[in-house]
Amino acid sequence: MSMQIKEFFIYLIIMAGSTYLIRAIPFVVIKEKIKNNFIKSFLYYIPYTVLMAMTFPAALYVTGHLISAVIGLLAACLLALKNKGLTLVAVVTSVVVLVCELIIMVL
Amino acid sequence: MKKSEFIEGLKSGIPIGLGYLSVSFTFGIMAVSLGFNWWQALLVSMTTLTSAGQLAGIGVMVMPGAYIEMLVSQLTINVRYAFMSISLSQKLDSKFKGVFKWLLGFFITDEIFAVAISKEEIKRSFFFGLGVCPYIGWALGTFLGAILGNVFPEIIMNALCIAIYAMFVAIIVPVCKKDWKTTIVVLLSGLLSACFYYIPVFKTISSGLQVSVCAVVAAILGAIIFPRKEGNEHAN
Repeated sequence: MSMQIKEFFIYLIIMAGSTYLIRAIPFVVIKEKIKNNFIKSFLYYIPYTVLMAMTFPAALYVTGHLISAVIGLLAACLLALKNKGLTLVAVVTSVVVLVCELIIMVL
Repeated sequence: MKKSEFIEGLKSGIPIGLGYLSVSFTFGIMAVSLGFNWWQALLVSMTTLTSAGQLAGIGVMVMPGAYIEMLVSQLTINVRYAFMSISLSQKLDSKFKGVFKWLLGFFITDEIFAVAISKEEIKRSFFFGLGVCPYIGWALGTFLGAILGNVFPEIIMNALCIAIYAMFVAIIVPVCKKDWKTTIVVLLSGLLSACFYYIPVFKTISSGLQVSVCAVVAAILGAIIFPRKEGNEHAN
């Protein structure tokens, strides 16, 4: 354990505090319904664009091999197209990647 | 608090909790491998409750005295929560106010947001119920990963790492399926993200900031080119 305990807690306060406040302040402060259609449209799109930017292309490189990630994510897309739930998609994708990695290991 | 609504929220949160269990398991392993104690990993998860932010956070923590860097990385990675909070604030029922907002605002994550925003009106009891399983899953998974992580071979860990992204796919794709405009906006975000990832000049920008820039630019263009029609902001 290279890090001092005191320093850990300072970091923790910064991390947890900033993350909490960035959630809570807009949640508490915005009381009116937003009328502006541009802002409404922006708020509609933002969660999906965030998730996409986090997923692509980073997710291609989190498994052992590019090919297993590609096959896994294609499986995820296919299941999601069939409106399967979050957990089922996550579990099946992990299993698909595991199988791919095992096949690559054997070959 | 209405019990039936709380229970409904609780049930809706179960799949998210299970998903978080596997994802935070990976976080627990990573934290321990960086030299943290199990209780430190657990404390981070219980106080922060976010995936990308925590991952970047423990990376900064191993450097001495990088407090400003910690703050900047957290704010850029997590700025999406501010947008999600505003989106959610538009749909809260009349009892969801004051101290409840301060308390329950803590539970705003990508997946909890995705489930809550699909409701016509977000009730206080429902939202509280919705937060319970994900919170327990996130904390428990971190604990188990930190304690048991080294037991599992690398090949299993590789397979678990994809789980969080599969969950993101499961949130994005059904919406795109219903609406081609959203599909184009989402693809644009992915294209920008790929530019940041593959073009060497942009490599110096932190990954959290990259995500924020791509997402905000794509959403602004989307709002300009494909504005949502009144009363149809969140097509079910």
